[in-house]
Amino acid sequence: METILVSLGGGLLQAFEPLNLFMIFAGCLAGLFVGCMPGLGSVNGVAILLPVTFLVPPTAAIIFLAALYYGAMYGGAISSITLGIPGASTAVATVFDGRPMAQSGKADKALMAAAIASFIGGTVSIVLFTLFAPPLAAFALKFGPQEEFALMLLAFATFIGLGGDDIPKTIFSILLGLVMAAIGFDIISGQPRMIFFDMVEFQRGIGFLVLAIGIYGIGEMLWTLESTKGKVQMHSVNITWARFKENLREIKDYINSTWIGSVLGFFVGTLPAAGATPASLMSYGLSKTFSKDPESFGKGNVAGVAAPEAANNAASTGSMLPMITLGIPGSPTTAILLGGMIIWGLRPGPLLFTESPDFVWGLIGSMYVANVATVLLNLALIPVFIRVLAMPFTLLTPIIFMLCVLGVFATTDRMFDTWIMLILGVGGYLLRKLNYPVAPAVLAIVLGPLAERSLRQSLISSQGDVTTFVTRPISLTCVILAVLLISYPLIQRMMRRRAEAQT
Amino acid sequence: MRFVKTVTVSALALAISAPAAFAEWQPRKPVEFIIMAGTGGGADQIARLLQGLIEKKDLSPRPFIPINKPGGSGAEALRYLQDKAGDDHTVMMTLNSFYTTPIIQEDLGVDVTEFTPIGLMAMDTFLLWVHTDREDITDLDSYVAAVKGAGLDWKVGGTGSGQEDSVLTAMMEAAFDYDVTYIPFPGGGTVAKNLIGNQIDSTVNNPAEQMEFYRAGSSKPLVQFTGERMAAFPDTPTAKELGVDIEYYMQRSVNGPPGMSEEAVVWYTNLFNELFNSQEWQDFCTSDGLTCDNFLNGADLASFHATQVEAHKKLIEQVGAEAITGE
Amino acid sequence: MTVRTAELLMGFATLLVSLGLMWNVYSDGLRIGWVEGRGPGAGMWPFWLSLGMALASVATIIRWFQGKTPESRSTEPYIAPETLFLVTVSALSILVLLVLMNIIGTYLSLMIFMFFYVRFLGQHTWGMTMAFVLGAPIFVYLLFEVALTKYLPKGWPIFEEGFLWIDNFRWEYF
Repeated sequence: METILVSLGGGLLQAFEPLNLFMIFAGCLAGLFVGCMPGLGSVNGVAILLPVTFLVPPTAAIIFLAALYYGAMYGGAISSITLGIPGASTAVATVFDGRPMAQSGKADKALMAAAIASFIGGTVSIVLFTLFAPPLAAFALKFGPQEEFALMLLAFATFIGLGGDDIPKTIFSILLGLVMAAIGFDIISGQPRMIFFDMVEFQRGIGFLVLAIGIYGIGEMLWTLESTKGKVQMHSVNITWARFKENLREIKDYINSTWIGSVLGFFVGTLPAAGATPASLMSYGLSKTFSKDPESFGKGNVAGVAAPEAANNAASTGSMLPMITLGIPGSPTTAILLGGMIIWGLRPGPLLFTESPDFVWGLIGSMYVANVATVLLNLALIPVFIRVLAMPFTLLTPIIFMLCVLGVFATTDRMFDTWIMLILGVGGYLLRKLNYPVAPAVLAIVLGPLAERSLRQSLISSQGDVTTFVTRPISLTCVILAVLLISYPLIQRMMRRRAEAQT
Repeated sequence: MRFVKTVTVSALALAISAPAAFAEWQPRKPVEFIIMAGTGGGADQIARLLQGLIEKKDLSPRPFIPINKPGGSGAEALRYLQDKAGDDHTVMMTLNSFYTTPIIQEDLGVDVTEFTPIGLMAMDTFLLWVHTDREDITDLDSYVAAVKGAGLDWKVGGTGSGQEDSVLTAMMEAAFDYDVTYIPFPGGGTVAKNLIGNQIDSTVNNPAEQMEFYRAGSSKPLVQFTGERMAAFPDTPTAKELGVDIEYYMQRSVNGPPGMSEEAVVWYTNLFNELFNSQEWQDFCTSDGLTCDNFLNGADLASFHATQVEAHKKLIEQVGAEAITGE
Repeated sequence: MTVRTAELLMGFATLLVSLGLMWNVYSDGLRIGWVEGRGPGAGMWPFWLSLGMALASVATIIRWFQGKTPESRSTEPYIAPETLFLVTVSALSILVLLVLMNIIGTYLSLMIFMFFYVRFLGQHTWGMTMAFVLGAPIFVYLLFEVALTKYLPKGWPIFEEGFLWIDNFRWEYF
């Protein structure tokens, strides 16, 4: 404990060195900017700015990239809330309540909740990281395919209540997402699947972003154009000091969800292959399930913004853990960070803590500082982001369409995906008009590949024996939790019915 | 590993003998640096390192833009490059799926021998690894005995059916006459982690993927599939020493689309040759356990590719495409 | 078209899509069954999930005939005539943008796109129009090409040459 504090002190001092401090602010700002562009997320930012960091010492470089990663996590919430387009898969759940809040003139409250929840999530996560890094790394190693699949089951279970009232349509939407996730090259069998019209581009599959930007970018804009007849402007708000203080007092409305998100996010984030997206989705689902007022979720409940935001920031810190301690990335972004570390001559792995303590503790120290930096920057910039909502529709629409097209192109460097985006966007709009819920499809395309792959890996390794999921302790725990979660709303309903019958 | 930096005579000769007008070719727009694998993998790391070095050393008037095209085990990248025939601003970082993918996916319509060879940057090697907890396994014989004893309960991790390590696994199955259960994971790092977590029993990993766990004492190599022992693993015998005829490498070369102009080829060859001889690259090779002795280019690299394609055809025929694709 | 008709047509469309997916998986020769000792085959996941989609579509169609869903009883127009124009124009404008990007390149297409929205649809002033027509490509150029080093589509060679001529100044003088 004492050694940890001493090391941490050293790390914090390092973070306050002028160059590093500058790197933190530059990184946060760059991340915020990249993150709030639909389509561009931390992966792009980090990948693209990686070569820039060859000019500075490794510690300053990783601090810059880690701050960028953080900033992008915050930034994702901004486009989710103001534009209704999730900038990255980690910010999907933020749209569910963030968008309705912005539409009803509470964008500032949503942005504030996102910033504060992110800050708490990030901080809780770093503290846990500082204290428990080595034992958690050992735990992460116990996570095999079986556990991964059980975790995916749990993630789906937390989302059971997300669909609409129309059950066949909800099921259709989930399955559509899962099937779309299967398009492309199958690594388990080494065979291409569902290559329509023999177009080789399908071998890469349909990425999450293409669907999400199609549905939330193009589809949502078409929907809004229709419902507002293209005339009405969105509600904008004036930020005053009084309103700021009022917003600050409202923290109590979402503090519980924030705690759930922070802790859950950290643990899910530390598991290799899981990462921030399932974490934010599960956190949203759990907050809804255990909320006193689950009905208001999806209609602008501030807790529905706080929960996923706390979780994705916590998870982004968490996913650094397997990277640093095991040399295994917990998310695509950390995969690139890992590449960077190798290029700088560092060897992430079980020995990094002992061999390069300055680097590790400098990074940890800077994460504390970066968190504070981003929340300050964010709160300061809220009035700027709000201005976006005051733009006339005929100006905002072409900007959003432009960013959707270029954002999708920039993530994969191919026009093919922009075509798919347009098709899915229009299709999603037509389905949505008939009350098909679209969110389940978006979630399914994120979790689908993980679920299918881990299921098949588990079964290959157990030679087709399905009991493998319940004979391993961690996996069994997840399965039981999943079953409980699925039955929780049913039990609740039965209890309520019984109570009604008695009165 | 030897550090003889063989300055390639041919590249230099070409550069000198080329008419002045030839030498003046330079990229006029950003160069697409295609990577036929996903972000974070070995090929990606190398490409991004090279890109960084080009920038740092100011070797190109226009930047190199790394673009990942991982679809279909490289199929997407190969087809993309094929369709870019005659383009002077596209080059590709390749690995062995450069050979295997066109063989397995016959209808892809790509003949890699038509591509423009630019430079062989490194040869990556493979070793057979098990967890150090397996005290009963000390050498290849005890390994084979253990695998035969376990039968299909023996789990080998790899990076996907049809990938290099699945070819190697199939070769071993054929050589030792046993059957194992092959479990694909996304990426060599994940495979390594699953070995250390005891989710799988053995794996054929590149040195870079296991190095840290090896240094931490969690995994041990049993045999290396190289011609001679690598400096990093002086105590690990090669398969050939043990009388098993398996030698397998992963090539990491840069290639252009078919029909690239000669002037451009000269420029790119000089560029990558300079990178190859840089201290940074050689250091990276040492730390990542890559073999970077020879910078092959031009006709040498073309004939290297041709022999590799033939060798892979034979291999796949021998072990059967089914043994590699799994189903 | 009323919502009621649209609901039925959509039910059949989704059913067709599902059956098409099943056929696609099946005809590719992927294993749709359980492989002994290996678990699900490569085609199992997409095939049976597509079957589930088909069943869900059938359920929607049945519910339509029973008149159970609000959509199956609604005689409101599916897309109101006055908004049909806006929605169609928006979707088509993106389509045209994508086509143009392949021909005349990103920047010229964006200028046309912006002109169309701001001046033609939005009826904004010429000043505002010019700000968008010129501002959008400059912003995109600075963000994507300069800061993020992306090479956006430049269209046919002749248009690419034009762009390179301008882009050259960046390399010459900065």
